Amino acid sequence: MVIYGVALLAACLLIGKAVGELIGMAIGVHSDVGGVGIAMLMLVFLVYRLQEAGCLDMTSRRGVEFWSSLYIPIVVAMAASQNVVGAVTGGPLAIVGGLVVVGVSFALVPVIARLGRGKYAEPLPPIEDDETREANSHA
Amino acid sequence: MLERIHHVFAGNGLITAFAVVGLLMLVCNFISKYLTAGRVHGSAIAIAAGLLLSYFGGIYTGGKHGLADIALFSGMGLMGGSMLRDFAIVATAFGVDVNELRKAGSNGVIALFLGLFVPFTLGGMMAYAFGYTDPVAVTTIGAGAATYIVGPVTGSAIGAGSDLIALSIAIGLVKSISVMIITPAVARLISLNNPSAALVFGGMMGTTSGVAGGLAATDARLVPYGAMTATFYTGFGCLLGPSVFYLVVRMLLG
Repeated sequence: MVIYGVALLAACLLIGKAVGELIGMAIGVHSDVGGVGIAMLMLVFLVYRLQEAGCLDMTSRRGVEFWSSLYIPIVVAMAASQNVVGAVTGGPLAIVGGLVVVGVSFALVPVIARLGRGKYAEPLPPIEDDETREANSHA
Repeated sequence: MLERIHHVFAGNGLITAFAVVGLLMLVCNFISKYLTAGRVHGSAIAIAAGLLLSYFGGIYTGGKHGLADIALFSGMGLMGGSMLRDFAIVATAFGVDVNELRKAGSNGVIALFLGLFVPFTLGGMMAYAFGYTDPVAVTTIGAGAATYIVGPVTGSAIGAGSDLIALSIAIGLVKSISVMIITPAVARLISLNNPSAALVFGGMMGTTSGVAGGLAATDARLVPYGAMTATFYTGFGCLLGPSVFYLVVRMLLG
């Protein structure tokens, strides 16, 4: 059933966020610490186990895949509801400061990524078009 | 009559948002295919178009949520809000390769700490260069250069005024939006084409929306790796900003 996949996903997110809140509380932060990251690790682990046990059929998988494929449209909606005016009118310090930080951070990405270079830094195979990409991302 | 139809769209906000975003993606994929010969990815154009619409929405309503402040498009805020965004981000983990994660995990942690240290320091230095010498101001602005959530959380914890908090949010917004736009353009230049680099990228940038948008426009398969480290960033930033960072700044500026 498709709902099994959706429910699995929902359970992972809720538990992840709850654990994130608890970590935040433990270290005295009024914020969720890594809730989504924990949820993702849980999903990866659970899917792996369930597949090994043969408990995850095609239709259940489809419930997770559907939400995964809605990811880009959701990001577009997110972009359309950002406070862009606030960023643009923040004055020179906001714009210069933001851009300098982004520029330096970009420059550092290859430096750190190189630390773990080897066969694990292989580029992903090219993608043909949208449809195959969506199919591949769940392979 | 027009009012009744308007009511249908506004009353079914989320559904309207699905239809509008679908249409927007259709147009943007068309532009990508025929105007840029596929060189610029359709999702990159769609995200940029979303930001542009958000700008006009903000100008039109004077609100803080871009297009979502217009009643007709209020569902955009729900569709692009943190609830559905986090749900979809977690779903992308379905395609994650556990081995990739294990091998690149330590790089992600290094990136996370450096990713917090660099904006704190640079942001603080920029603030000082622009004439802010008060430790509270320097800390708040530096924290804003981490993300637009770390900035206000840090600022209110150490007693910054609302003008400083607004400024720290503005820096964070500039960061987030420029990451969304610049990432697909420079991805090749910084070898952002593998899971290991994406993990580092997420920890380095930290802005979940910027990383999510930037990677989605670059290669959607990289999203889960980048998003995973980015989601730890804000929490640790909120922890380190008002404590370690503030203490260091206060020590330096007396």
